[in-house]
Amino acid sequence: MVRRFHGGVHPPEEKSRTEQSAITDFPIPKQAVVPLQQHIGAPAKACVEVGAVVRKGQLIGEAGGFVSAAIHAPIGGTVKSIAPHPHCLGVPVQSITIEGSGDEEWADGTNVERDLSALDAKAVRDAVAAAGIVGMGGATFPTHVKLSPPEGKPIDTLIINGAECEPCLTADDRQMVEEAEKVLRGAAFMRLALGCGRTLVGIEDNKPAALEAMTKAAALQGDVEVVPLHVRYPQGGEKQLIQALLGREVPSGGLPLDVGVVVHNVGTCAAVDDAVRLSRPLIERVVTVTGECAERAGNYRIRVGTLLSDVIEHVGVKGRMDQIILGGPMMGLAQPSTEIPLTKGTSGVLLTREAPRGPSLACIRCGRCVDACPVGLTPSRLSTLLEEDLIEEAAGWNLTDCIECGCCAYVCPSMRPIVQQAKYGKARLQELKAKK
Amino acid sequence: MTDVTTLKVRTSPHITDRDTTARIMWSVVLALVPAFVGALYIFGYYAGVVTLACVVFCMFTEAVIQKITRRPVTVGDGSAAVTGMLLAFVLPPDVPLWIPAVGAVVAIGVAKQLFGGLGCNIWNPALIGRAVLQLSFPDVINRGEWPILRSLGDGFQWHRFAMNICDQTRDLAATAHDAVTRASPLSMSSADGIGKFGYDAGTLQMWLGFRPGCLGETSFVLLAVGGIALILLKRVKWQMPLVYIATVAVLTWIFPYSKAAFHTEGFFQGHPFYHVAFGGLALGAFFMATDMVTTPLTTLGQILFAAGCGILTAFIRLYGGYPEGVCYSILLMNTAVPLIDRFTRPRVLGTKGVRGS
Repeated sequence: MVRRFHGGVHPPEEKSRTEQSAITDFPIPKQAVVPLQQHIGAPAKACVEVGAVVRKGQLIGEAGGFVSAAIHAPIGGTVKSIAPHPHCLGVPVQSITIEGSGDEEWADGTNVERDLSALDAKAVRDAVAAAGIVGMGGATFPTHVKLSPPEGKPIDTLIINGAECEPCLTADDRQMVEEAEKVLRGAAFMRLALGCGRTLVGIEDNKPAALEAMTKAAALQGDVEVVPLHVRYPQGGEKQLIQALLGREVPSGGLPLDVGVVVHNVGTCAAVDDAVRLSRPLIERVVTVTGECAERAGNYRIRVGTLLSDVIEHVGVKGRMDQIILGGPMMGLAQPSTEIPLTKGTSGVLLTREAPRGPSLACIRCGRCVDACPVGLTPSRLSTLLEEDLIEEAAGWNLTDCIECGCCAYVCPSMRPIVQQAKYGKARLQELKAKK
Repeated sequence: MTDVTTLKVRTSPHITDRDTTARIMWSVVLALVPAFVGALYIFGYYAGVVTLACVVFCMFTEAVIQKITRRPVTVGDGSAAVTGMLLAFVLPPDVPLWIPAVGAVVAIGVAKQLFGGLGCNIWNPALIGRAVLQLSFPDVINRGEWPILRSLGDGFQWHRFAMNICDQTRDLAATAHDAVTRASPLSMSSADGIGKFGYDAGTLQMWLGFRPGCLGETSFVLLAVGGIALILLKRVKWQMPLVYIATVAVLTWIFPYSKAAFHTEGFFQGHPFYHVAFGGLALGAFFMATDMVTTPLTTLGQILFAAGCGILTAFIRLYGGYPEGVCYSILLMNTAVPLIDRFTRPRVLGTKGVRGS
């Protein structure tokens, strides 16, 4: 049975460019720029000095609190600077620049096999926290926090998110095809940490190879059910996935754990396996580099801190590229410079040409955005309210429930910048609340 | 290595589907073309002159007002052309050309631009144009005598169709009743040719549009061709025309065609096929009630809207002072749109059982 959520859109999938290409190791960069903020929560605190010699996997930034994540050196070398550097979110972020020495030795205490016989929930959480793992689907929420549900919120289901609904991206797809067992091992560790019985793996049914590989691996493990999903964006949205798989609705303003569910991305599962079994910190990830201007599009295992300029150089550009997007075309962030480093949350790099778009026109109330909104908002209304700067009125129309998936702006025949308006509105709302 | 000094940045999403407002509007114009060609054949070339006049006057009015108010001139988006087509379609086919001029100024100038332009008008501009013309120049719009038409295979001969417009519906209903008793209403037999009043609910003539009426409203078949094309192109939801037409059909079947007939005929003796084929229902259901700007946002709201139009149309036709109810029922329901939108606001995910969110 193929299940689905309410609303959504079906943009061209554009995955054929890379879905057959096996994951290959990207060359080790000569220099890595590692932002101390690659996650939601408090920034990490640098724990090395300029001039220090670091080894691969060495802790260079300590978590700045419980909701934060540790940062590790992705390459061996010398710390050249600790200073603000352009960041994919737009504002410069304190970053540690490491000049590579070519030394690929792991730091002490990392890359050692753990004795799994005495493994308990706390040991898993500690290993995950020590490895600095964050949600690798793009949300970058620290994973150990999600593995520590508060008292009184029992978790009955762990959902592994293999939907990969963003067009163009195939990193999760390839990881499931090539490393299905590893992904499910990571999932089993997480289930141990959560103390829940059931694991569901949701995969859109446009990935038959991944479905097959995961089903085969799941049969060996037991207690894991692989569920094919309707191909519909944003199927991989946490709340949409829960709705499609379990028919449960995460309360407005709430979290999945409010309905007894925790959702983790397949990439995160693989990273957890490395962290728990081998004590390896998160210093690299699978990234789909694609787009119409990518010469050698493919799925690459790339070190965190690799600059976009290195990516472009290695992959090659064909044609007149004028846009670089980190993430997918629906929710990715267009970047103004090639000096921006890849982070733990970078699932894709699109080298592309800007899609032509006419000027924004008046709303004709066609209602397509209302039909497309997976949250059940009235985007046309929000758009016209925010256009007039009526922030609080927009809040009354559930502005804060918007997940910025972009379905509304995708279908809008009047090219209204609804996502931009929603982002602006939310920021203004924060300001207004701070003033009160 | 390409030059990356001119990277373009904007907010996601970076792709959009290809449909645009202009495409939507011009596709409505195209969908009206079959009925327009039918009108040319049925009423002659002058119907084309009236239609062209309406379109040109509407686009001209829009451009002039936008120029005067120093806003971008957007006549290219096709919305004024749609209004022009629809205005022509609800006028008698032989009106003098000052009528389209006045109608265009009212439709575009008053009903659309005074309310803020595209997307802001409350009522369907073409129908406001028609309503104002009807109230202001009743002798031109409410005809004692309708030009009619040639029938299938009738050559270029013109008939004059004489009857009092106010009695038109009921008289025709009575005839339709004869037709129903004589033959199956959908037998599509044109053997009887044009009946007493030049139509018969059971004939192809009637459904194709060879009957008296406004310029573009007479042909159910040709309007349905355009309307269904819009549905297949996903520009219009099928629920609206279907619910509207079905509501009218069911109600006109249940209720007798006049107050007097309550005693003589009773219930479930009505003439639904006649009411569907006759008047402006097809035009209203496929093209007026589906105007995005003046109808509800959600599918549920649109169904309520269409049902409301159907109820009003049926009762105005059966018991109202006007023979035709499509125009006013849509305008009345347009007025109710904010209310419908309010009561059919979609439920936000995660607010099950939560009130006042």
